[in-house]
Amino acid sequence: MTGARFSAVAIAAVVLLVLGALWTSGSLHAHGPEIRPESADGTLSGSAAEWPSREQWVRALSLRDHNTRVVVLGVTMLGLASGVIGSFTLLRKRALMGDALSHATLPGIGLAFLVATATGITTKSLLLLLVGAAATGVVGVAVLLFLRRYTRLKEDACLGVVLSVFFGAGIAVLGVIQQLGTGSAAGLETFIYGKAASMVPGDVVLIGIGGILVILVCGLLFKEFMLLCFDPAYSAVQGWPVLGLDIVMMALVVVVTVIGLQAVGLVLIIAMLIIPAAAARFWFDRMLPMTLLAGGLGAASAMVGAGISAVFAKLPSGAIIVIVTAVVFAFSMFFGPARGLLPRYVRRRILQRRIGRQHLLRAAYELLESKGGLEEHTPRWIAFDELLTKRSWSLRRVRKLARGAQRAGQVELNDGGIALTDLGRADAARIVRNHRMWEMYLITYADIAPSHVDRDADMIEHVLDADMIAELEGLLSRPVASCR
Amino acid sequence: MIESLQSWDWYLDGWIVGVGILCATACALLGNFLVLRKMSMMGDAISHAVLPGLAVAFLLTESRTSVPMFLGAAIVGVLTALFTEWIRGFGKVDEGASMGVVFTTLFAIGLVLIVRAADYVDLDPGCVLYGAMEFTPLDTVEVAGFVVPRVAVTLGVVLLVNIAFVAIFYKELKISSFDPELATTMGINAGLMHYLLMTLVAVTAVASFEAVGNILVVAVLIVPPAAAYMLTDRLSIMIALSLVIAAVSALLGHVSAIAGPALFGYGSVGTAGMIAVAAGFLFVLAVLLGPRHGVISKLVHHVSLSMRIAAEDVLAMLYRIEELAVGEQRSVVPAHLDAAMQLATPRRRLLVGHLVHRGLVDREGGRLILTDRGRDRARNLVRSHRLWETYLLRYTRLRPDHVHFSAERLEHSTDHELQAALNAHTDSPHIDPHGRPIPPRISERD
Repeated sequence: MTGARFSAVAIAAVVLLVLGALWTSGSLHAHGPEIRPESADGTLSGSAAEWPSREQWVRALSLRDHNTRVVVLGVTMLGLASGVIGSFTLLRKRALMGDALSHATLPGIGLAFLVATATGITTKSLLLLLVGAAATGVVGVAVLLFLRRYTRLKEDACLGVVLSVFFGAGIAVLGVIQQLGTGSAAGLETFIYGKAASMVPGDVVLIGIGGILVILVCGLLFKEFMLLCFDPAYSAVQGWPVLGLDIVMMALVVVVTVIGLQAVGLVLIIAMLIIPAAAARFWFDRMLPMTLLAGGLGAASAMVGAGISAVFAKLPSGAIIVIVTAVVFAFSMFFGPARGLLPRYVRRRILQRRIGRQHLLRAAYELLESKGGLEEHTPRWIAFDELLTKRSWSLRRVRKLARGAQRAGQVELNDGGIALTDLGRADAARIVRNHRMWEMYLITYADIAPSHVDRDADMIEHVLDADMIAELEGLLSRPVASCR
Repeated sequence: MIESLQSWDWYLDGWIVGVGILCATACALLGNFLVLRKMSMMGDAISHAVLPGLAVAFLLTESRTSVPMFLGAAIVGVLTALFTEWIRGFGKVDEGASMGVVFTTLFAIGLVLIVRAADYVDLDPGCVLYGAMEFTPLDTVEVAGFVVPRVAVTLGVVLLVNIAFVAIFYKELKISSFDPELATTMGINAGLMHYLLMTLVAVTAVASFEAVGNILVVAVLIVPPAAAYMLTDRLSIMIALSLVIAAVSALLGHVSAIAGPALFGYGSVGTAGMIAVAAGFLFVLAVLLGPRHGVISKLVHHVSLSMRIAAEDVLAMLYRIEELAVGEQRSVVPAHLDAAMQLATPRRRLLVGHLVHRGLVDREGGRLILTDRGRDRARNLVRSHRLWETYLLRYTRLRPDHVHFSAERLEHSTDHELQAALNAHTDSPHIDPHGRPIPPRISERD
């Protein structure tokens, strides 16, 4: 059910994007394919140091140029697909496998280019290059899995070996290609850093097809992937083909890597696979919203990044997209509601304050109790000096807690001390009861010496809920053999 | 191929190989500890991430002087380790992913800065990323009367620093690599060692840039130690082997960069890429041929073990048939074994051939019979088997019809001492749970 809903949402998004791309490509053809209004050397006169004019910003960000529109649509779809599959690889703890895989695509690109040149196929055939990339990428992953399974090397060393050796081989093949003198070798280098500006409508359609494929498979196998991420052993026991599912997952990573090579380059495609998913993790604890948000964040940051790099034509687009994604990540890490630093800090502070206030109430109650002041109807004042003897806390802290309790209507406050209100007295009675019941429980059932139970009960009294109390009442009202 | 090597220039090519060896050994020395600490990808991350440090140094000084470069790299290297640790610790993100976030971001920033810096400084982004080893001998300085490539001097200094670091902190590195908890209880500051190591990795990565470039540093950092790890269990030997492998890959890399493409009619390619390929080649050899942990030796071990077990099963089966046989008909028609043991005929032939070769079984007119030695061996196996059955039935909750399968596996790894212990624990029985006699212990005649 989740899978179906997920697929519906995600595919709708991609279909919209592809329709946009097709519409763009249509209008591009209407204007003639040679229209490239923002070629790198034209408007910016070769100097990236010059800040672009306001008009250039408006042109790029409003997607007025067809070329910019194509590029933005392409990388947006890429961001969507990579965010979705990245969520699964992140939770499967395979984040860095994409790194080895993307580096392993380089020799394939080079070899495919050599084959294309030798057999006389048009040298710009993108599809052939990508097939080559996918082929060596798969070989790289296979080698990785082999090393991890059959040697004593740990995962990290296997990754390092595969990515560096394959990349070295790729560099060597590029060295050969440079001697062909066709000048096309320079074009191959865009696969290393990425150059979104060189994207044409056909590439966008390719990215769209790849993206739909990835999202469709993720949707169909949503439940299986989720089980694989959270409990692979259980999923194996349930009879799911774990190895097969892992292979499908890696195959989807291959697809995203390969279609993303041209836009962001093989070094940085890994960022699009990891960062949006890691950012979305701060927002949601549930898999479905997290996956959708990862896709959304990936798409949004890719869109913004591509827009910015359309203005600064000289800067590598992949790098800009990654920096934008990193900003989104930093924001999520601090403010994400589920696991972000700030919400976590706030939650902890609120809990600490509540605990402190409960300590204050209990201290006041116990002081009253020892003086026999509980039965009186007029509130009786308790001096701060007395409260200070109950726990090791400073006067400043006690005053601060008292102010908090006053705001909650639990105590009245003056310069010298506090007095419990009716509400405060009721709350305090409940807390003291919790505390003492837990002490009794520990003494009776856990065989802990009576002199040691106070501190344990001190920690647990704040988190006992009504059900737990009822259960304790039941247990403690029963006659117990070992009761001393 | 030979013709292409005739253009070998002892000054140029010699220095290229020299620089390669210095670079590879300096990296591999530190890489040992990365591999052992399961932090190989940290090496990858740092070597990518020092890029912004370099770029800032370029932008500030507008030159390629060494000191600011190393300072920038060291700072960013430590920052990478710190950020990764923070995101992992505070953000509770999986270590690999937090590393991925940090290094790709820093690399992206570095890339942007480098492209900007290229406007002011004579700096080729391509050179930073995959090195320009071929040009290193052209940029020379004079040291003590000798004309030496500048990069060689830098790398030499870095290599000496790394050697000094490893020599001084050898014990600390060793203990904290293998047993971090023990290191902490012994008062070794694991955090300090970690960040010192990361700093040196960053500095070494910068020194290696001009030789092998940003990304291929990982190849010399990780691959030689990983190969050495396949060959030995001792740290000192592993370090020595990794240095040898690193040096050989540098030499092999340069030679193959010149000679390799010539096979296909092309000119020489970049040395840096081929050093990585050469290191990968040596790594594959180590993985396949490693004496104890190599794939082939493990395969051989596995096959010979399963062969021994299968042959022992045949031996025990021959004994059991002999046991049941009435009169003189103690020999067995080989084909009967196939049905009795569910063996495929070729496999049975192999096993029987093996047993005959070892002198445990004789062929008598197309039938098989145990030799005296074979009978002793088989009797011990059956004794172990039946003792195990008795023991399992008495001390575990296995049902009587289940003990056979367990005993079938255990009998192959039971030596005399264990057999004697089993005998004692089961009060020296003469009959097994299925009513068969347990043969007496026999010292085998070999």
